[in-house]
Amino acid sequence: MTTQLALSQLLNGLQLGVLLFLLAAGLTLVFGIMSFVNLAHGSLYMLGAYFGAAAFAHTDSFLLALVAAVVGAGLVGLLLDRFALTTLYQRDHLDQVLATFGLILFFNELIRIIWGPSSVFMQVPQALSSTVDIFGFTYPSYRLAIIGAGIAVALGLYLLIQKTRVGMLIRAGATNANMVAALGINIKWLNTLVFALGAALAGLAGVMAGPIVSVQPGMGEPVLILTLVVIIIGGLGSIRGAFLAALIVGVVDTLGRAFMPTIMRTLFERSTADAAGPALASMLIYLFMAVVLAVKPQGLFPASTSVTR
Amino acid sequence: MKFFPQPIAWTSPRAITAIIVLAMLAVLPVIASAFDASYYVSLTTRVLIYALAAIGLNLILGFGGMVSLGHAMYVLLGAYAVAIPASHGITSGFTQLAIAISSTALLAAGVGAVSLRTTGIAFIMITLAFAQMLFFGAVSLKDYGGDDGLTVAARSSFGLFDFSNNVTLYYAAFIAVLVALYLSWRAVLSPFGLVLRGSKANPRRAIALGHPIFQYQLVAYIASAIVCAVAGVLLANLTLFASPSYGAWTVSGELIVIVILGGLGTVFGPVVGAIILLALEEALPTLIEHVLPDYKSNWMLLLGLFIFVVALVLKRGVFGSLKR
Repeated sequence: MTTQLALSQLLNGLQLGVLLFLLAAGLTLVFGIMSFVNLAHGSLYMLGAYFGAAAFAHTDSFLLALVAAVVGAGLVGLLLDRFALTTLYQRDHLDQVLATFGLILFFNELIRIIWGPSSVFMQVPQALSSTVDIFGFTYPSYRLAIIGAGIAVALGLYLLIQKTRVGMLIRAGATNANMVAALGINIKWLNTLVFALGAALAGLAGVMAGPIVSVQPGMGEPVLILTLVVIIIGGLGSIRGAFLAALIVGVVDTLGRAFMPTIMRTLFERSTADAAGPALASMLIYLFMAVVLAVKPQGLFPASTSVTR
Repeated sequence: MKFFPQPIAWTSPRAITAIIVLAMLAVLPVIASAFDASYYVSLTTRVLIYALAAIGLNLILGFGGMVSLGHAMYVLLGAYAVAIPASHGITSGFTQLAIAISSTALLAAGVGAVSLRTTGIAFIMITLAFAQMLFFGAVSLKDYGGDDGLTVAARSSFGLFDFSNNVTLYYAAFIAVLVALYLSWRAVLSPFGLVLRGSKANPRRAIALGHPIFQYQLVAYIASAIVCAVAGVLLANLTLFASPSYGAWTVSGELIVIVILGGLGTVFGPVVGAIILLALEEALPTLIEHVLPDYKSNWMLLLGLFIFVVALVLKRGVFGSLKR
């Protein structure tokens, strides 16, 4: 039983990890190229989940829900970049934190006005509602599909950034934005593209998480904080670091929650273990992050010159 | 030693504003009791407590350039330093204060030592992560209410007086604010404060001049945490309640809003910022009720927009825009 349980928890961890990666990729790219701290990234995730849930409820097609979430969140990202945030890119991080903190409150309340304060239910798509057998245990195929989709997106992102002209410009922009602008590239357009891409990925994460978490106002914040932990552990601005750190954080967090109480019980008395186990489990990744930063303040896989390093 | 570290331009707009605000705060309970409006005493006590915490944060944020998005955790610690002993029957304010200050100093020394190895955005996020850690730690304290928090059976007592009277608590908070203002004013103008401000303006140059800025920053960080913990002690006394939500990251965000709203790097700014923000949080629901009654509970929408606009437009804060 325990190996199977461990394996299924490992898969759960991977599934959380790829969702975190979708968020972290956008956040770390935006930071790398614009040096912009976007706390409202979690709001884009929330918007994606709501757009997706609404589209799914109306059309009964999960494919359309995906499109609605990705395009919707991407569009909101585009509008934010063009009309609200441009002036902030040149400011220091404090102003950016403050402004995007205000945006979080704004979006949470906007969602509450439009969709109400209680959570919205989103079903698992029909085609993926069954379970699959892996090595003798059953696992929900929807969660498996999330892992697959996440890895596919990660691969696509890698190809986009490493192998295309736009990707080359993004890498160059992260290294020296002024030089890229001097070479005749419209850096503002590039910024908008990166921001909208990050927003679309956040929207995708939101709609994919929709059926397995509760879609409600404020759902973005816990995820946002996990995402921040991911990009710090991975090294700011590093896509590769974000990918690896997202998987590590997803797995460590999930396994910690699943097994920490049991492990504690073998080490301490039952009463102590029952009190400390859940606490330690929820603090585990923050402890992990503190240790990483204490040893390597730049993160595990720092982006020294390029976003992809 | 001179009482005033620097001659004050008594007729400058800043000095006049500060004096008027403090004078109004000093007489508020008297006026409130005359009009039988004791609600405003509790409300203004809350304002003072937030101002106190923001004065603490301003020490590192405004003068040291360290953007901590986790200072609510020290408010949380201060509140639990009242609530947990009180649940065991220890209501002595001295003991509670001692627990609050010593545990905060220890925690802040550890957190600061790790966090200050990073700068910029990484510092923002690591302080946030530590605050989340303490938040979840408080949530998991099942014996002390866990998620729901913990009611405080009795307010702190200090032998000669106790906090059971709302007006006493008000003046305790007021005096704490005055002391914190005076101490931060002195600290900022002291050689210590000069190095701290230098480490904000140009860390590399400060190091080149031979100042071990890490130590200076750490001491400032611990001091600012302790001020926040004292605010937490007062907050638990005011609400007779301690809950993990005191350490929610949105509270840390609010504290930053207060500091910036008042004026980053001004000693008195946090008081002005706290008054404006809490007055706004109080007035917005009522205002909306008059215009759009259905949307009374959605006042946070406007608050969010307000904070966004403040970040974009108000570079020096309300108090900071006044002439010295």
